[in-house]
Amino acid sequence: MTGPWGSATSPAPGARPSPALDIAGAVRDGSMSAAAVVEKYLGAIDEVDGELHAFVTVMHDSARLEAESVDRRVAAGEDPGPLAGVPVALKDNMCTRGVPTTCSSRILEGWRPPYDATVVARLRAAGAVVIGKTNLDEFAMGSSTENSAFGPTHNPHDPGRVPGGSSGGSAAAVAAGLAPLALGSDTGGSIRQPAALCGIVGMKPTYGTVSRYGLVAFASSLDQIGPLTTTVTESAVLFDVIGGQDPLDSTCLERPVPRTVSALADGVEGLRVGLVAELVDGVDAAVGARVHEAAGALAAAGANIDNVSIPEFRHGLPAYYVVAPAEASSNLSRYDGVRYGLRVEADTAEAMNAATRAAGFGPEVKRRIMLGTYALSAGYYDAYYGQAQKVRTLIIDALASAYQRFDVLLGATTPTTAFAIGAKVDDPWAMYLSDVCTVPSNLAGHPAISIPFGTDDGGLPVGVQVLAPALGEPVMFQVAAVLESRAPVLAPPRVHAP
Amino acid sequence: MSGDPALTRDDAAYVARLARIDLTDDELDLYAVQLAAVIGHAAEIAALDTEGVEPTAHPLPLRNVTRADEPRPSLDRAEVLAQAPAVEDGRFKVPPILGEAP
Repeated sequence: MTGPWGSATSPAPGARPSPALDIAGAVRDGSMSAAAVVEKYLGAIDEVDGELHAFVTVMHDSARLEAESVDRRVAAGEDPGPLAGVPVALKDNMCTRGVPTTCSSRILEGWRPPYDATVVARLRAAGAVVIGKTNLDEFAMGSSTENSAFGPTHNPHDPGRVPGGSSGGSAAAVAAGLAPLALGSDTGGSIRQPAALCGIVGMKPTYGTVSRYGLVAFASSLDQIGPLTTTVTESAVLFDVIGGQDPLDSTCLERPVPRTVSALADGVEGLRVGLVAELVDGVDAAVGARVHEAAGALAAAGANIDNVSIPEFRHGLPAYYVVAPAEASSNLSRYDGVRYGLRVEADTAEAMNAATRAAGFGPEVKRRIMLGTYALSAGYYDAYYGQAQKVRTLIIDALASAYQRFDVLLGATTPTTAFAIGAKVDDPWAMYLSDVCTVPSNLAGHPAISIPFGTDDGGLPVGVQVLAPALGEPVMFQVAAVLESRAPVLAPPRVHAP
Repeated sequence: MSGDPALTRDDAAYVARLARIDLTDDELDLYAVQLAAVIGHAAEIAALDTEGVEPTAHPLPLRNVTRADEPRPSLDRAEVLAQAPAVEDGRFKVPPILGEAP
């Protein structure tokens, strides 16, 4: 099996076709033009995305110009970079200068940012071509991409089901072959959960390794940008491109960001892997079975597997659903009808603010702002927000002691496979439970990656999650590469690029 | 837990006022119920013994970051103002803040 471009290099045994790397190789050596690549992907989007609604904005014109510029550099004997001519889709909460950035919210409709996010600049510096902006749950608040003001995205494996969220558009685009690479953002699982539900690789980096400059803020102490890709190798390549300090983000780590591509072939011989009871018990039977098979695959490759219980993880979800809404209620106060986006006119500034926000925000965003405002209000702050911050410390301490015994931890990414569109929209807590396996890594600021590992009985993809300590990306990718090489090959999704 | 904490429509209206969102009566009724359900789960952690545990506000030890105080280009004012719903004399224009007619 090959990607849409065939295989430019012969893959290592067990390695999967990597469409992005095939493209970059062919564009760099001049055997394929970036212009032809971008036309092929634009054509696929135009043909297939009506069924999926992965994209909010397709950047036909600027993508063609960028591709031509890459081709000119190749013709001039320059190397455009490791992602030469590779189309990349961006979740529509990353700022693109002069191109609408909606966060799938009415309140930002028509807004054209006056600057690019740092990740956008880094992608272009690596030769990548930004091809479009993808759908998300409004302001990244959700686990299904149903909370979009522009309507839901559909799962390429079964269009009656959700792609997960909130980076559901990016996940669906990559799974369906409409973009070889995409970026998402992960506040409580919003990269890993949709990657799992769409059968692709999704990675949340260590907090502070990827600049948040130009990422529209949801919960600033939790948000991280990361890659959604077909393969583990592409994930590592993309992380190495976007990571690194940025003077425009004062919350970037002051230490060097570890390089990961070089770790991919290191194997797992002798590595200590902890199978986390709280990330396996209580998930759907098929998901749990796949996680145990993944543990078996790592054991067969020479890793030492042992069980571990981290009871503090049980407090992760309630703590997350205090901390994240609290930070969101503060961050989203900026949408006041004054400087950008929607304004609903009224006689006083306060009435204008309140009318604008009522008209501009959808139901889930209103719910989270209300929740966060309540948790921060006088009389409740200590009981809820203060207590949630202490639970965060408990989780960090528990992980620190687990990592004295283990190099990485293993568990499910999500408790279920993709659920039907509409199934959970009326019960917020049922929807929030989709994040139960992913929030601990956000609360701790640690990296984690979801790798497809088989399916449920209905053929829907299952994701297995590898967690690592802060800056443990190299060992995390080492384990992910072995898991990928031993995972069953997924059937192509029902909806896919021609 | 002995059921979810009750939240009245008046409680929801108070929070909505703090959050500067005009909500309809139907929305207030719905959010009163839904917020109570989520807060019921948050109450699970409110009951934990965290005596002596330091709170974590952020995963990194943050310190204030400053750059050298040197002039450099910033965003173009016209480009920024072009995004605003209302502008006058090179500034953002808003309705009266103190409730008086201009």
